[in-house]
Amino acid sequence: MALEKPYLDIPGTVVFDAEQSRKGYWLNQFCMSLMKSENRERFKADERAYLDEWDMSEEQKQAVMARDLNWCIRTGGNIYFLAKIGATDGKSFQQMAGSMTGMSEDAYRAMMVAGGRSVEGNRFMHESAGTPGQPAGNATGQGGI
Amino acid sequence: MAYISASVYTSHVPAIGVAIDQGKTQEAYWQPLFNGYGYSRQWMRENPPDVIFLVYNDHASAFSLDLIPTFAIGTAAAYQPADEGWGPRPVPPVLGHPELASHIAQSVIQQDFDLTIVNKMDVDHGLTVPLSLMCGEPSAQLGAWPCPVIPLAVNVVQYPVPSGQRCFNLGRAIRKAVESFDADLNVQIWGTGGMSHQLQGARAGLINQEWDNCFLDQLIHHPATLAKVPHIDYVREAGSEGIELVMWLIARGAMADVDDPARPPTVKHRFYHVPASNTAVGHLILENG
Repeated sequence: MALEKPYLDIPGTVVFDAEQSRKGYWLNQFCMSLMKSENRERFKADERAYLDEWDMSEEQKQAVMARDLNWCIRTGGNIYFLAKIGATDGKSFQQMAGSMTGMSEDAYRAMMVAGGRSVEGNRFMHESAGTPGQPAGNATGQGGI
Repeated sequence: MAYISASVYTSHVPAIGVAIDQGKTQEAYWQPLFNGYGYSRQWMRENPPDVIFLVYNDHASAFSLDLIPTFAIGTAAAYQPADEGWGPRPVPPVLGHPELASHIAQSVIQQDFDLTIVNKMDVDHGLTVPLSLMCGEPSAQLGAWPCPVIPLAVNVVQYPVPSGQRCFNLGRAIRKAVESFDADLNVQIWGTGGMSHQLQGARAGLINQEWDNCFLDQLIHHPATLAKVPHIDYVREAGSEGIELVMWLIARGAMADVDDPARPPTVKHRFYHVPASNTAVGHLILENG
């Protein structure tokens, strides 16, 4: 019998389950390596060369170099791990999270100060794509989930 | 005999640590949040525990995908602050309580919970931010936190995470374990992390204040009912990282009234604030009746 995965119908969300974890093992282990300052320096000096030391897919490497976190997540990345790329770049967690929404940094910050994204319209895939002024499913680039 | 005197619940946002470390607590954005912990710091000074049992989640710092323990208890003498990608927080090492921690590990495993025993790990913002919020900055002279801490790391990174019910029952087992320790120690149990937040994808920034406040009400008055809430409700209603809230049920399960209704807890403090970076912040202090 198949495993129950009731979380597959939540918009704009990839739950990091065993399948995602298997897919993203090396991508996430690369992220862990950025907890050492010497590795951060080596990565910053030559991203491609550093990424080539890891058994990641070409797509995962492209997603990291593009800093497209939605794309990274689709290829198995997990946000707690990916946060270390943002930290290496000197980004705040808010900048990282905001980058995945298709909103500008200012608009995202303003939304949070105003109380955050409403849950109304954002519980199920079949609901409309977000409440007015709060795009829920139109992130740009490779990122639309 | 050791005993649990109180439980503390708080979110543990990394940006709060940055605000503290960079001296921004009085900025307009942060002031309302830190004001909400003013009473808490006073309460800590007036009610100093001998040991804090601190339930938190590791954010891919001590545990990578190489090893994913559902529950990991620290039995070490000390833990260093982790480098989460921007250098370690400038806070003192966290001293452990190996004797009580080992006792709890043995007792809880004998009560059928499979704890992973950890003798070496770094602790990230999940553990150090709650300490900063509750204790203030440690004195420069002493260079130490006010008391030893026993870390219990819970996997909320890779699904499936433990159910609310299992966390609640683990809390009950921890209380029994503490109460079977011979030395007379005042132990506080803290549940940290959580409240509405989603850090990923196009739904990032989700905040559900109604759900959060209902969670706080239920946690105080009907924790056994709250323990039955399935994971999917947390994720759908409070965001993908809102699932961290199951950890609060461990602390709540360790309170006296769970097995002795004649001892309802006293709510010493309740606070809720939106936003801190991407998240809602919730906070409670409950003393045993």
